[in-house]
Amino acid sequence: MNGILRTENLRVEYRSRELKQATKVALKGLNLVVQPGEVFGFLGPNGAGKTTTMNVLLGYVNATGGAAYLFDVNVREPIARQRIGYLPELTYYYKFLTAEELLRFYARIFQIPKSETESRIDQLLKLVELEHARKRPIRTYSKGMQQRAGLAQALINNPDLLLLDEPTSGLDPLGRMKVREIIQRLKNEGKTVFFSSHEMGEVETVCDRVAILHEGELKVEGHVADLLNQYQCNLEQLFLKVVGYQPQLS
Amino acid sequence: MNKIFAVAGVVIKELYRRKDFYVLFILTVLITGLMWFMTFFHDEHIVRFVKEICLLLIWISTLAISVTTAARQVPAERESRTIFPLLAKPISRWHVLVGKFLGCWAASGIALVVFYAFFGIVSASREHTLPLGAYFEALWLHWQMLGIVIALTMLGSVVLSLEANITIIFIISVGLLVVGGHLHRLAGQMSEPSASILTAIYFLIPHLELFDMRELIIHDWPMDPSIWVDTLLVTLYGLAYMSFFLLAACLVFRRKALN
Repeated sequence: MNGILRTENLRVEYRSRELKQATKVALKGLNLVVQPGEVFGFLGPNGAGKTTTMNVLLGYVNATGGAAYLFDVNVREPIARQRIGYLPELTYYYKFLTAEELLRFYARIFQIPKSETESRIDQLLKLVELEHARKRPIRTYSKGMQQRAGLAQALINNPDLLLLDEPTSGLDPLGRMKVREIIQRLKNEGKTVFFSSHEMGEVETVCDRVAILHEGELKVEGHVADLLNQYQCNLEQLFLKVVGYQPQLS
Repeated sequence: MNKIFAVAGVVIKELYRRKDFYVLFILTVLITGLMWFMTFFHDEHIVRFVKEICLLLIWISTLAISVTTAARQVPAERESRTIFPLLAKPISRWHVLVGKFLGCWAASGIALVVFYAFFGIVSASREHTLPLGAYFEALWLHWQMLGIVIALTMLGSVVLSLEANITIIFIISVGLLVVGGHLHRLAGQMSEPSASILTAIYFLIPHLELFDMRELIIHDWPMDPSIWVDTLLVTLYGLAYMSFFLLAACLVFRRKALN
């Protein structure tokens, strides 16, 4: 099956500008397939290549070798991103805009008809509980509110695939719970969610399948329940085992 | 085009929310205030001299606003990382760059209208005449000139740091305006190969002095109908340079690492 997100022997090298520094290989032939309707957890320690994979999928970085596809369209084509929503780890939005102006701006980029835009903005601001602050500039929002505004912009085009980069990073327990509830709700609506996270408990709760990446290579991939059964441990222990962590016993 | 206009809309919105337009307004009032001096001196030559100073101030102010606004567009997007969620949408880098250019150019056009309107009203209140054709001609070509400078600044912004870009574009713009039209005469006084090199430069650079129609307003020169044909030709000349600089900027930005 092709899947709605697919990478084939994806290789990314970062060439150093310094003469004596070697080329850094961030991804070493990554093969990944995400099927429609599943919540896919993309795990790995810092520097494993998760962000690089996201950057290739979003068209920020060109692959050195192999290819990546969204809905069978090469990610080098901007149209590949027509049916996706992306939520970055930190909030990078125009802080001088209000939430509704931000959503209206992104709706124009997706070429959503004006008549549909306003009703969608109303729905989304209600979903992320920002109706009361819709006319306030984003710079006046708390971190949790900004993250929820980010989630709303990721959903403005009613995407079939959501790419979430550590969506609950830096949020308080209440904020995390709200984001988790929204992911669950999207899953129930049949949306596909691909998200990276360091929160193993969260991944175990929300994800159908996971992949663990280490030093640019895919180490483990499978259904969460199957993996836990196979390795007879929880996801955090499995993660530590895969990345070769040895506990220092005193 | 909708994507480009969406980006341009955000540029304009940012400009007036950053209070740049209010600074502009204060500058306009200051310039207009200078015009009040004309009430004390009824000598025609002094009136022309004051008009010349006011128009020079308008040129300097609009050049400063256009260059600084255009120069910070791409670096600010990269620094605040707003470029990431933006490019995660079905929009290409050239859409972003052209949208930014159009936003800056439109904003500079609005600023020009404000400046010329104030200048025209105050000038008309003193001289009891308002040659609308000459004002339109001067404003239109001034706007085209700013378009070239903004496109060149966009190219600089994808290659140079913010500070270096602003400084270099200012020097280039002033240099083009002041000496650009005299290079071929200088070349005539030089020996080879310097003369040929300078002549080639003369034919390659955009001649910003062609867009300077201040004299038309200062001296109230009559408008010859053929001027509109010249205006059209100069406009096409300006558009060609804008397209060239924007194309170069898009080609560089296409391969540019974002972080």
